[in-house]
Amino acid sequence: MSHLKNLKLKVWRQKGPADSGHFENYTIDEISDEASFLEMLDVLNEQLISDNKEAVVFDHDCREGICGTCSLMINGVAHGPQKATTTCQLHMRTFKSGDTIVVEPWRATAFPIIKDLMVDRGAFDRIIESGGFITAVTGGAPDANLIPIPKPVADAAMDSAACIGCGACVAACPNGAANLFTAAKISHLNYLPQGQAERHKRTEAMVETMDEHFGSCTNHGECSAACPKEISVDVIALMNKDYRASKFKNRKELSR
Amino acid sequence: MNTFNAKIPAGALHEKWDNYKADAKLVNPNNKRKFKIIVVGTGLAGASAAATLAELGYQVDAFTFHDSPRRAHSIAAQGGINAAKNYQGDGDSISRLFQDTIKGGDFRSREANVHRLAQVSVDIIDQMVAQGVPFAREYGGLLDNRSFGGAQVSRTFYARGQTGQQLLIGAYQQMARQVGLGGVRLFNRTELIDTVTIDGRCAGIVVRDLLTGEIQSHAAHAVVLATGGYGNVFFLSTNAMNCNVTAAWRAHRRGALFANPCYTQIHPTCIPQADETQSKLTLMSESLRNDGRVWVPKRADDNRPADQIPEGERDYYLERLYPSYGNLAPRDISSRAAKRLVDKGQGIGPLKNGVNLDFSAAIERLGRDVVEERYGNLFQMYERIAGEDPYKTPMRIYPATHYTMGGLWVDYELMTNIPGLYATGEANFSDHGANRLGASALMQGLADGYFVLPYTISNQLASLLGKTIPGTDHPAFKQAETEASARYNGYLNVKGKRSPDWFHRELGKIIWNECGMERTREGLQSALSDLPALYEEFKTDLRVTGTGDSTNQTLEKAGRVDDFFQLGMAMCQDALTREESCGAHFRSEYQTEEGEALRNDDKFCHVAAWEWTNDPMKPTRHAEELVFETAHLATRSYK
Repeated sequence: MSHLKNLKLKVWRQKGPADSGHFENYTIDEISDEASFLEMLDVLNEQLISDNKEAVVFDHDCREGICGTCSLMINGVAHGPQKATTTCQLHMRTFKSGDTIVVEPWRATAFPIIKDLMVDRGAFDRIIESGGFITAVTGGAPDANLIPIPKPVADAAMDSAACIGCGACVAACPNGAANLFTAAKISHLNYLPQGQAERHKRTEAMVETMDEHFGSCTNHGECSAACPKEISVDVIALMNKDYRASKFKNRKELSR
Repeated sequence: MNTFNAKIPAGALHEKWDNYKADAKLVNPNNKRKFKIIVVGTGLAGASAAATLAELGYQVDAFTFHDSPRRAHSIAAQGGINAAKNYQGDGDSISRLFQDTIKGGDFRSREANVHRLAQVSVDIIDQMVAQGVPFAREYGGLLDNRSFGGAQVSRTFYARGQTGQQLLIGAYQQMARQVGLGGVRLFNRTELIDTVTIDGRCAGIVVRDLLTGEIQSHAAHAVVLATGGYGNVFFLSTNAMNCNVTAAWRAHRRGALFANPCYTQIHPTCIPQADETQSKLTLMSESLRNDGRVWVPKRADDNRPADQIPEGERDYYLERLYPSYGNLAPRDISSRAAKRLVDKGQGIGPLKNGVNLDFSAAIERLGRDVVEERYGNLFQMYERIAGEDPYKTPMRIYPATHYTMGGLWVDYELMTNIPGLYATGEANFSDHGANRLGASALMQGLADGYFVLPYTISNQLASLLGKTIPGTDHPAFKQAETEASARYNGYLNVKGKRSPDWFHRELGKIIWNECGMERTREGLQSALSDLPALYEEFKTDLRVTGTGDSTNQTLEKAGRVDDFFQLGMAMCQDALTREESCGAHFRSEYQTEEGEALRNDDKFCHVAAWEWTNDPMKPTRHAEELVFETAHLATRSYK
């Protein structure tokens, strides 16, 4: 274990949604390289409270990379410099003494800033509410082994289902698009036999709800590069294919 | 006082749940929409209950302090979920799962509840698969299972190392569907800060909007607290940063009994603390013990790297002490064994505060690919946190607080002693006794929310049909709002010198040292003199900067730490008065010659349920006797 000294932080402070916001400069004199990035912010906040100043507001919870609550643009990169790593799992050993670190909230119109580094990602919930589920009312399910699912199919569904809903894909996208998030959810459910009955209805509803809130995809692939769970950009192709199909199939089903 | 009527139905153990369902009152489908039910918390227990109750036709209001229901800490459960499916044909059955759970809990749980849990476990897997949870599968397409601590069968279903995440997303999506359909109204970033009882019935809750600080009341026919456990009282635990006891504790202060607060589980496989700024500890799934071997050097202060210590100089202590369960001995037993060796100086790592969890034999036997397939994401997570590659050097692990078996006292219907107020999941006390087995928390949360509460809640609601309930303009709601607002303004106005986190850390040290893995009379007594003193300091020297009318995480934390102080005192009193060792509660004075827990069934075969008396140092202890009709009160042995 060693220590980093004299870290310079430029942190975005914004009192509320209506405030225009600005950067504040802070210094961390010393921090252990075993500390996580958020523990470094804890130290900053303790310092601010001790100076009788208001602590920096930021979203965080599990601190083990699975809940998707934490965010932050660190030096302009969603979740910081380490690949496939959420901000809470980023450790200070990635930085060195004397570094200047710029800390900003997610940058996307669909995620309005609430305060300081905290944003509102409610639009993700709206997408799920519109169709991101399999309708299976509690109580009537058949025995779990009645539907054999080939292992590669179950594995592919799991790869997509690994999405933690953090929003890094949107923050990294130059268009503020949510295609990777939406496509991950759609492909998780559309790959599985249980998901087939609602496949087209689901795809159409989710894509169109996504379009109400987010920008459009122009195939940059920044989303996948920023994704802490390394969701492949391939899922977007599957979503586009299913969306095209769903426009025909849903009309056909309705006309019956 | 009829507080202790647990309302266990008549009949043989395996018939009780069917008998209950046959007799329970129902609410006609057209009448269900006339009832409002509040569900607080959106983890497995809360989301499954909210979704199911809304599907049945009730009006449901769901509350979470998170930005989205999908964040709840159920999401972090890694290893799996138990169910008595016997898909592996290895001798499992409902009665075996029941026996394992009762024994794992060291005969301190309620038989009828545990048996029901084992019965409905099979339905959970069916339900979750129907919803699209991508459980691990064999090549033939059928579901795969693995084994967990305290069991000799493979009954654990899993989705890589992310089972909790996948189950929670399943339940969340089912609830999200109801939000879209209008069956559930969702209140996010909203924290419960009080419950309201009018004429002996729970009438609703008081909440605080975490974005605006606004305090508001909500009235309902029934309130369900699915608000998780209180492990964060230790400051360092595997819980998420925002896990807290406030909802349960506020209900307790309004008359709900709090049962067995001293039953807190220490999980044997967590990454040891690395430095002073550490904010939480990370668990490495128990499933790793299927293939990892636990060992320490035989000699104290052996500073050689693991690969330079020859086989003969290693102590595979779990295999040595518990040959039939080996590395899969239950959590409490494995944790204490690790603590004893580390205390003797045989710990490893820079701070000598860990033991090895070694995969080299598994990698040799199965190949790196198979190990990666089974545990890849856990290995990756370990490498990120510890900065070491577990494929090459053994993981360093040490026990940490993980789960709390204690919680709000509930009867067979999952109702607290306050009519209309329910507690489910980790927030209640009922199913795990003094120690929970691995992969049973997910099972219990979903059992309560999907298959128990929806049946039991109608039995109560039926009698309320056609009656008006008190609205939020009732003076009791106004009174609670005034008190809550005074409480939060109070924290802002102390204007002392120490932050809530500082107090939390100090509180945690006392609880960990004196009411952690091993407890003594003297230690608990000293904690009970230190805690009130520190609490006094909290009241006079707290500093909360910022204001109460916009997002203020320091203020939120102050409220939670306040409640942790009061809970901490209850824990120590519970541990002090339970003069026996059982499961995770280990009193040094009460142990066998071999150092195992020594129960005292004559005096302590009961649930201790504490009543609030306005003085956190003087709660009243009540006892619910535990009657075992089927299980045999035996000394637990995993040898």
